Amino acid sequence: MALAAADRATVRALWKKMGSNVGVYATEALERMFLGFPSTTTYFLHLDLSLGSTQVKAHGQKVADALTLAVEHLEDLPRALSALRHRHVRELRVDPASFQLLGHCLLVTLARHFPGDFSPTLHASLVAPTPGA
Amino acid sequence: MVHFIAEEMAAVACLRAKVNMEAVGEILGRFLVIYSLTQSFFDNFGSLSSHSAIMGNPRIKAHGKKELTSFGSGVKHVDDPKGTFAQLSELHCGKLHVDPENFKLLGNMILIVLAIHFSKEFIPQMQAAWEKLTTGVANALAPRKYH
Repeated sequence: MALAAADRATVRALWKKMGSNVGVYATEALERMFLGFPSTTTYFLHLDLSLGSTQVKAHGQKVADALTLAVEHLEDLPRALSALRHRHVRELRVDPASFQLLGHCLLVTLARHFPGDFSPTLHASLVAPTPGA
Repeated sequence: MVHFIAEEMAAVACLRAKVNMEAVGEILGRFLVIYSLTQSFFDNFGSLSSHSAIMGNPRIKAHGKKELTSFGSGVKHVDDPKGTFAQLSELHCGKLHVDPENFKLLGNMILIVLAIHFSKEFIPQMQAAWEKLTTGVANALAPRKYH
C-alpha cells in the first residue's frame, strides 16, 4: 500500500532526526527481537548473539541501510526492496512473520528514543511501511 | 500457558506499579488510530472522526482504562490465564466476534506506550518479559477451540 504524501514527509522527518544513529537503533531492534522472540535467533545461529555483540551490530547496520533505502523510496517500496525480499524469502527462507516481529521491535525502539515525537500520527505513518518492508 | 521466571515477574510488577492512568488511557486510542478498521466496534462511542478526536474521546479513554484493569488481572493470575479471562473471551470472541489477532495487536500497543512513558526502564529484557505477558493474555482471550 503506497503511503500518503503527509505520511512520507513524517517518516522522512524522523529519519533525518535519527541522523547517523540509524544503525544503533536497528541493532537495538534486533537485540529486542532476539530476546523477546527467541525463535527468530534460528536464522542467526552462525553469529554471536550476546548483548553488545559486534556481529549483531554489523547486521544491525545492514538492516539500517535497508531501512534507509526504504525511506528514500517510499513511493515505490516493492520495487526498491525486491532484491532484498528475494534474498530473505527465497534464499534464506525467512518466515515472513519474522519481519513483522522486527518491525514491532523497531517501533518499540523508536518510541523509547523519541517519546516526544512518537505521536499517534507518526506511529500510524510508521506502521504502514514496516509490514511492507 | 506461559511460564515466567522470578526476574521477569519482578520486572513486570515493578513497571506496572509505575503506570499512570494517563498512559493507560492512551493505549486504546492509539490502537484505534493505527488499526482504523477496529473503530467499527466503537461506533456508538462518540466522535472518532480524526486522530485528535479519538485520542481525546472520554469514552474511549474510559474503556481503555477498563481494558487495562482487566489486563492487570492477568498479571495477578499468570498461573491461570484461561480461567481468568474465560468470560471476557466469550464476550469478545463469542458475542462481539472480535478477530483474536486484535488481542495481539493491542498487546503490541501496550508495549509501545510503555516504551514511550518509561524510556529508561524499557530495556530489552523488560520488553521480553512484557511480550510474554501480552502474548499470554492474547492467547487466553482467544477462543478455546483455537488451542
